[in-house]
Amino acid sequence: MSTSDVTREGLKGVQPGRDAMVGVPGGKRRRGGEQPVVPDAKFSSYYGKPVINQPVWKAPDIAGYFYLGGLAGASSVLGLGAHITDRPALAKSCKLGALGAISLGTVGLVHDLGKPSRFINMLRVFKPTSPMNIGSWLLSAYAPAAGVAAFAAATGRLPKVGAFATAGAAAFGPLVSSYTAALICDTAVPSWHEGFREMPFVFVGSSATAAAGLGMLAAPVAEAGPARRAAVAGAALELGASQLLERRIGKPLADPYHQGKSGMMMRVAEGLTLAGTIGGVVLGRRSRVAAAVCGAALMAASALTRFAIFEAGMASAQDPAHTVGPQRERLEQRSSAKQG
Amino acid sequence: MTADHHPPRMGFFTDTSVCIGCKACEVACKEWNNIPEDGLNFTGMSYDNTEGLGADTWRHVAFIEQRKPLATQVAGAEEGDLRWLMASDVCKHCTHAACLDVCPTGALVRTEFGTVVVQEDVCNGCGYCIPACPYGVIDQRKDDGRAWKCTLCYDRLQVGMEPACAKACPTDSIQFGVLDELRERAATRVEKLHEAGVPDARLYGHDPDDGVGGDGAFFLLLDEPEVYGLPPDPVVTTRDLPSMWRHVGVAAITMAAGIVAAFACGRRP
Repeated sequence: MSTSDVTREGLKGVQPGRDAMVGVPGGKRRRGGEQPVVPDAKFSSYYGKPVINQPVWKAPDIAGYFYLGGLAGASSVLGLGAHITDRPALAKSCKLGALGAISLGTVGLVHDLGKPSRFINMLRVFKPTSPMNIGSWLLSAYAPAAGVAAFAAATGRLPKVGAFATAGAAAFGPLVSSYTAALICDTAVPSWHEGFREMPFVFVGSSATAAAGLGMLAAPVAEAGPARRAAVAGAALELGASQLLERRIGKPLADPYHQGKSGMMMRVAEGLTLAGTIGGVVLGRRSRVAAAVCGAALMAASALTRFAIFEAGMASAQDPAHTVGPQRERLEQRSSAKQG
Repeated sequence: MTADHHPPRMGFFTDTSVCIGCKACEVACKEWNNIPEDGLNFTGMSYDNTEGLGADTWRHVAFIEQRKPLATQVAGAEEGDLRWLMASDVCKHCTHAACLDVCPTGALVRTEFGTVVVQEDVCNGCGYCIPACPYGVIDQRKDDGRAWKCTLCYDRLQVGMEPACAKACPTDSIQFGVLDELRERAATRVEKLHEAGVPDARLYGHDPDDGVGGDGAFFLLLDEPEVYGLPPDPVVTTRDLPSMWRHVGVAAITMAAGIVAAFACGRRP
């Protein structure tokens, strides 16, 4: 409905659309209109659509890398310990394992890129606000060190350079194992982000059990003592931190960690971790076969944990209630704090 | 940098109370920016067949049907009558932009107009910006691999033109201008609507003290943000990053110390 008049001088009394009043004919303002008394419609989302966009990362590449990077980083530390305490078989398997894991993991990272040919752009800037950028720099320092350490261990050449590289890889290793936790937590995915305090501890615990598993699998029983003890410490840290994480983030954000596909994977991973750790300590010091089986179980458990956490984030991103619920709660707390 | 060195911060004020759902903004955006077709779907979500923002949808008109009378109703309308909310969503061009913060290549940059833009010749398609955005704006174009989103028509701004969507909007629901002026205009508008008996009218993303430092593209809404698919209290994820790095550091030291202990505690072979 228009209130304007057409005159010889042009339009008169034009009301631009932007000043139109809602529900008022002709844009004439009605003062003191009735306030609506109908209760608010019950909407919590827009047609059940997620608020945030789903991560486009693919599980085999990215969850796989979280596992492999963790395994590599912890293996390098275990390898240095074995190197210093003169456990040559354990040292060699840790160093080779670290190189293999980080190589495969890096292939996954590049493969996951939308433009793999532009991988090198990761090193175009140095940017502490981007865990992925810092991770790329870490990798470019860590991977060559792990490579030289593995080369020296495998060939017996360049022992001094090898020792130096072993120390270097062990220095960067713990960060390679843990930064990926910051990487996933530094997103708007609620079940990841809200767990940022505990996630790094889950990741390093899981990394340590994986590397311990590798040690138990690959090294003779006599040399694998530290690996068995690292498995106990890693499993305790991982399981404890996961419990804390789930308790802190509460419902509904913790649900994907024990419901659905991701919850199932998490349960199996916990079972394998416990079985592998206890089995490794009890039987692994006597039987080479038992040690190998328990070691493999621990490695599988660590991989499953990362895939479970990855899938939990996917489920969380998909659910508008995860995004809206906690934010709404926060707003209500803030407004009641203001009033009270 | 002072205002002498670059133009003032530009933005959008999208006043949904005058949106008529014509989708001219969607079309103008696609045409001007040469965005590929991304599916001709029938969703059954009222008149919305675009579903949401993504790599190939930089303006998205939401349609919400409610059994709720529209404020001071036109004669003849009764309680329980349908009210139709329409809102054209767009990238918020946040003051504290998570996509820009987490981008590992520096492909995402802030322009001289205070807007956030992806440099398509730098982006390597890592996908980090996508889950980082608290609004679900940026996404990956599948056949191309890179991340795409609204540029606030950076090319048009550089030659003094307004963005295509604002140009095409027939009701001025999409208003483009200097952000400070838009904020003033929006405050006046919401006051007028309250006076006119529309108590539901509220601004969204206008507050420089909110979790993202205020949006460069903000809105006037007629219901809670989540009704439109918007997060009610978005926070830039990198706000917690310093604490995340500290936790990562402590965790790394814990792991190193634990493995050292595993060697120290046992007997030598």
